[in-house]
Amino acid sequence: MQIWEPEYECMPREEIEQLQLERLQATLNRVYKNVTCYRTRFKEMGIVPEDVRSLADLAKLPFTTKEDLRLNYPYGMFAVPLREVVRIHSSSGTTGKPTVVGYTKHDLKVWSSLVARFMTAAGVNSDDVVQIAFGYGLFTGAFGLHYGSEMIGASVIPMGAGNTEKQIMIMQDYRTTALVSTPSYAVTIAERMEKMGIDPKGLTLKVGLFGGEPWSEAMRREIEERLGITATDNYGLSEVIGPGVAGECQCKRGMHISEDHFIAEIIDPDTGAVLPPGSVGELVLTSLTKEAFPMVRYRTRDITSLDYEKCDCGRTMVRMKKTMGRSDDMLIIKGVNVYPSQIEDVLFAIEGCQPHYQLVVDRKGALDTLEIRIEVTENIFFDEMKKQKAFLDKVEKKIDSVLGVGAVVKLVEPNSIPRAEGKACRVIDNRKI
Amino acid sequence: MLKIKNINAYYGKVHALKNVSLHLKAGEIVTLIGANGAGKTTLLNTLSGIIPTASGEILLEGKDIVGQAADRVVSLGLSQVPEGRQVFNPLMVEENLELGAYLRYRAGGQRNEIAVDLERMYQMFPRLKERRRQAAGTLSGGEQQMLAIGRALMARPKLLLLDEPSMGLAPLVVQDIFKVIERLRREEGTTILLVEQNARAALKVADRGYVLETGKVILEGKASELLENKDVQRAYLGRDKKEIWER
Repeated sequence: MQIWEPEYECMPREEIEQLQLERLQATLNRVYKNVTCYRTRFKEMGIVPEDVRSLADLAKLPFTTKEDLRLNYPYGMFAVPLREVVRIHSSSGTTGKPTVVGYTKHDLKVWSSLVARFMTAAGVNSDDVVQIAFGYGLFTGAFGLHYGSEMIGASVIPMGAGNTEKQIMIMQDYRTTALVSTPSYAVTIAERMEKMGIDPKGLTLKVGLFGGEPWSEAMRREIEERLGITATDNYGLSEVIGPGVAGECQCKRGMHISEDHFIAEIIDPDTGAVLPPGSVGELVLTSLTKEAFPMVRYRTRDITSLDYEKCDCGRTMVRMKKTMGRSDDMLIIKGVNVYPSQIEDVLFAIEGCQPHYQLVVDRKGALDTLEIRIEVTENIFFDEMKKQKAFLDKVEKKIDSVLGVGAVVKLVEPNSIPRAEGKACRVIDNRKI
Repeated sequence: MLKIKNINAYYGKVHALKNVSLHLKAGEIVTLIGANGAGKTTLLNTLSGIIPTASGEILLEGKDIVGQAADRVVSLGLSQVPEGRQVFNPLMVEENLELGAYLRYRAGGQRNEIAVDLERMYQMFPRLKERRRQAAGTLSGGEQQMLAIGRALMARPKLLLLDEPSMGLAPLVVQDIFKVIERLRREEGTTILLVEQNARAALKVADRGYVLETGKVILEGKASELLENKDVQRAYLGRDKKEIWER
C-alpha cells in the first residue's frame, strides 16, 4: 500500500503533537492579528493567543459556527487581503446568505496534497483514470478530487454530475478505473447499468471514492458487490477546506484525519465540553495551515468518534468513524443541505401563520424523496379542490426554489401529526443509510 | 533533536519572546526570519543559556536544558556562532580555534582528537590554514566568519546556532558562507538553526522556517513554501513594498 506523504502521515504521535502546537500557536497569532471576528471574540472572553500553551488549552477558545460565517458575509473571516485569494467557493446558501470561503495559491496546493493523500490511501495511482461525477461549480467536491487526481498524476475525466447514461458510456469507452461521486449516485449508476444490460464486472472500474453524504456499511457492501469495486469513504466540508479533511485507507476502519493540518476535537453538542478519546459527539475542527480562511474550533455539527489506535496501514493519523448524524436538525437530501426551519419560513411567507407540519424523508431506490405534510387550519382550508390544488402547487414551487430540492406537499387533518411535549415531531427519516 | 515549548524571555521589562514553540529534527537546517527586534537573536541566546528563560521547556535530545549555564549547554552539544563573529582579535587564528575546544581540552583525554579536528577545520577552511599564525583581528570579515564557525565546530556540536552569518559581508563572500552551511550539513550531518536578515538566501538553503513577529511565531512551513508566502515576501523579501493592506 502506497502512502503519499509518509513523513507526515506516519509521524509518531509525540511529533504530531509538537507540530500541532507550533502551528496552532502561529495560526492563533495570525487570526488574532488579521481577523476582526476572532480578535473581538477573544477579547470579550479575556483571552490572548499566548494563553494557549498546550493542545488541551484549545478548549479555552470560543467555537466558530456557521452563523458566524453568515454574519461576516462575504469576506469578513478572510485572514489575507483579497488580492492574495486565488479561488472562492461557497456553500449552497439556501437560507439567506451563503457562506463564502477563500483559498490562496498555497491553500490550493495544500488542499490538492490532502486529497492526494486519501486518494492514494484508497489505492489510486498515476495509472488510474478518474471519472469525477460531482458537480463542478461553487461546491468544493469536484475541484478537490480533480486537483488531488492531477497531483497524483492520474488521468482526470471532469464529467460533472448527472447524465447517467453518458457517465456509463464514458466509463466503458474511456476505461475509467476510479469513480468519484456520492454513494447514492454510485447505486444509481449500478441500477442503470443493470437496466441497460451492462455487467459492471466486465468494466475496468476498480475503486470508488465516495463522499458528500452519510452512508452505511450496508450501502458500502451493496456498492462493492454491484459494481465489483473497492469503495472508500472520505470526509470534508467547504468551511474547513472541502474534501481532504479525512479519508479511508484500504483497511476501511475509519477515515484518517490529516492531523498536521487540522486538530480534531469531539465535544458534547449540548454543553460544548470536550469529551475524552473514543467518545461519540460532535466533531470540531481547527485548521493549522490555512492562509486565506483559517478556522478556529469550527462546529461541524457532524456526530462521530475518534480512534487513536494505530492503523494496520502504518498511518499514525487519528481515524474518525463514518458520520452518524447531525447535532442540529439539518437533513441531507439528494446531497443538498436542508433545514426544517427553511420550510417553516416558506409556509410562513405564504400563509402568514405557522401550521403544524411534518417532513417525511425516504429513499426510493437510490434517490431521496421529501414529503411535506401540512395540517389543515382555518387559514389553509379550501372548499374548492381547484383552490386547494393551487395552494399546494404554490407551496411546492416555492419549496423547490428555496431548497433546491423538490418535495411533494400534502394536506392532512388537524391533529393528525403526533405532538411531543406540545411540539410536533417535525422530521421522520425513513431512509436506511 | 531540539524541541521547544512555550518559551518566554525578557530583555529587562520587554517581553521579547512570547510562547515560542519550535522543533528541529536531526540533520535539518531550519531558519528563523523576522524583522529587527522580532526576537530572533533572543531566541538563540535563550537556547545557549546566555539569556535566562522565564518559562517554558527546551529539550535537547530529550534533556531539559532550561536554566543550564552556557558552558554546560556547549558540553551538551549546542554551540552558537554569535552575531558579528566576536572572534578574539589579538589571538592567533589557531588559538581561536583551540579555544573552541576548551571544554573538551579541560575534560582531558581528547587531545589527539582535538588535533584531528583542527586539521579538519583547516581542510574545510584552507584560508584559515594559510593564516593560522596571524592575529584574528587582521582577517577580513568573511575570514572572521569562517573562523567563528570553525571555532564553534571545534566543540563538536550536534546542533549549531548561526546568528546573522552574512551580516556586513560582501555579496560574493555571503555566497561562500552559505556554501559552507550547506557543506556542514552534507558532510558533517550538523543540525543547524540559522537566523538571517537575508531571508531569501536563508530560505534557499533551509528545509523549514519559522517567521517571528514581535516575539511570536506567526508562520511555520517548508522553506520553499515560505519563499512564496505573500506576507513573507511583503515583509522580508522586499517585494510588494508599496502595496498596502486593503479590506
